[in-house]
Amino acid sequence: MSEPLLSISGLHAWYGESHVLHGVDLTVAQGEMVTLLGRNGAGRTTTLRAVLGLTGSRRGSVRVGGVETTGLAPHRIARLGIGYCPEERGIFSSLSTEENLLLPPPVGNDRAMSLDEIYLMFPNLKERAASPGTRLSGGEQQMLSVARILRTGARLLLLDEISEGLAPVIVQRLGEIILSLKQRGYTILLVEQNFRFAAPLADRFYIMEHGQIVEHFTQAQLSSKMGMLHEFLGV
Amino acid sequence: MNELMGIALPPLPAVLGQMTLGLVNGSFYALLSLGLAVIFGLLRVVNFAHGAFYMLGAFAAALALEHLGINYWLALLLAPLAVGALGVVLERLLLRHLYGLDPLYGLLLTFGISLVAEGALLQHFGSSGQTYPVPDALQGAVNLGYMIIPLYRLWVIAASLVVCLVTWFLIERTRLGATLRAATENARLVQAFGINVPLLVSATYGAGVALAALAGVLSAPVIQVSPLMGSSLVIVVFAVVVIGGMGSILGSVVSGLGLGMIEGLTKVIYPQASSIVVFLIMALVLIWRPTGLFGKS
Repeated sequence: MSEPLLSISGLHAWYGESHVLHGVDLTVAQGEMVTLLGRNGAGRTTTLRAVLGLTGSRRGSVRVGGVETTGLAPHRIARLGIGYCPEERGIFSSLSTEENLLLPPPVGNDRAMSLDEIYLMFPNLKERAASPGTRLSGGEQQMLSVARILRTGARLLLLDEISEGLAPVIVQRLGEIILSLKQRGYTILLVEQNFRFAAPLADRFYIMEHGQIVEHFTQAQLSSKMGMLHEFLGV
Repeated sequence: MNELMGIALPPLPAVLGQMTLGLVNGSFYALLSLGLAVIFGLLRVVNFAHGAFYMLGAFAAALALEHLGINYWLALLLAPLAVGALGVVLERLLLRHLYGLDPLYGLLLTFGISLVAEGALLQHFGSSGQTYPVPDALQGAVNLGYMIIPLYRLWVIAASLVVCLVTWFLIERTRLGATLRAATENARLVQAFGINVPLLVSATYGAGVALAALAGVLSAPVIQVSPLMGSSLVIVVFAVVVIGGMGSILGSVVSGLGLGMIEGLTKVIYPQASSIVVFLIMALVLIWRPTGLFGKS
């Protein structure tokens, strides 16, 4: 079997003095959609940030497409074909919607969507192309945050809490978009709090607690794991 | 003479004349504070060496003319390039290690750089200064109706306005500028998109420094080129930046030109106050709007 697109092993990460990740092991195969569940503060966001080298310091191994990334600067890691959608959405207030959309440079040539395709998928963004990015509604900002990494040819998407704080109808629309991205062949690692949003989408699930992976199961095993999920996540 | 509430008003030509000359000073303020604003925006460094780079620009032009026969027009291009390159080297070797620390460290380091630059040149050239000839094409004077002004001073105003406009356009209307604005807001995220932010930071510092050097070359024919020419100017320029709002591009240009004119106006109305009027305005702005006229909190 070929190497997974993302392969994390024994990953430790720190913010300053505080030791946040304590040996995370996780893989995402090409074309797979994996969800990382856990309570607030379990280390899920830090895991995504550590993949990109955005934490203070990190130890262990993170391989993207077979390339070891520890020791690489964040922009070099991103250029291995990663698209990152941060938890706080990261919309720039001094940039228009279209400037936000066009900001990330190409990082690969897989599956790069054209601007027209993106506007077809996110019609609101076309209407509001000239507005400052932060004048958009929360839902539109979230769409923008996802849309802008689809142009870059990234093959691995790291999505952090994309359903957080959004109206149910928008969460549903995001779910449809994630599914269509998966059908297009994107590889996705999704960090989620909203289990109902993530449950029907993912091929596999990891559960984090205190900076470590404590459970790992597939979509087929999901129904037998509900009791355990209830205990860990209160769902 | 006209009177208003018992105060004698100076004649209109004198007012317009001093305001026009103030606009020349304002052009230098605008160019220098523009570079400071761009640097502060992205690097969060208060570049105290800005006056020294302005001085180095003028010196580079003067030395290039004296020893290499490089004329004014070529110096206008080459001196900013050379001094900008020096800025890039200093950013890579020294300034880089201070990011993420208290901005005070960057201020202290750049202050030290300016002391070293001034001291080294004082050692070689003394403080008396040298003259730089006005280029042939800009010799002569123009009659504006209310005053006769040397052609070179009009050129300074025009050239500064064009440079400020081009810089504004680059930052506000191009892809590169959008990247710069985004990095100013959140450099880590921009780097996580695959943009080489450390390179962008070096280039931005170099560009800001080059703007200072360009102002230095422009000023060479109007003032004495001396090692201390920057240190007296940079204090006023910092006041201009504070009034405009730290990091604001538009603010630095508008307040640079505006304050130059207000200074000129003060010279006719109440000459004794002309050297402190900028600082008085700064104090008022700090009380009324601590983030500056164009700054965001």
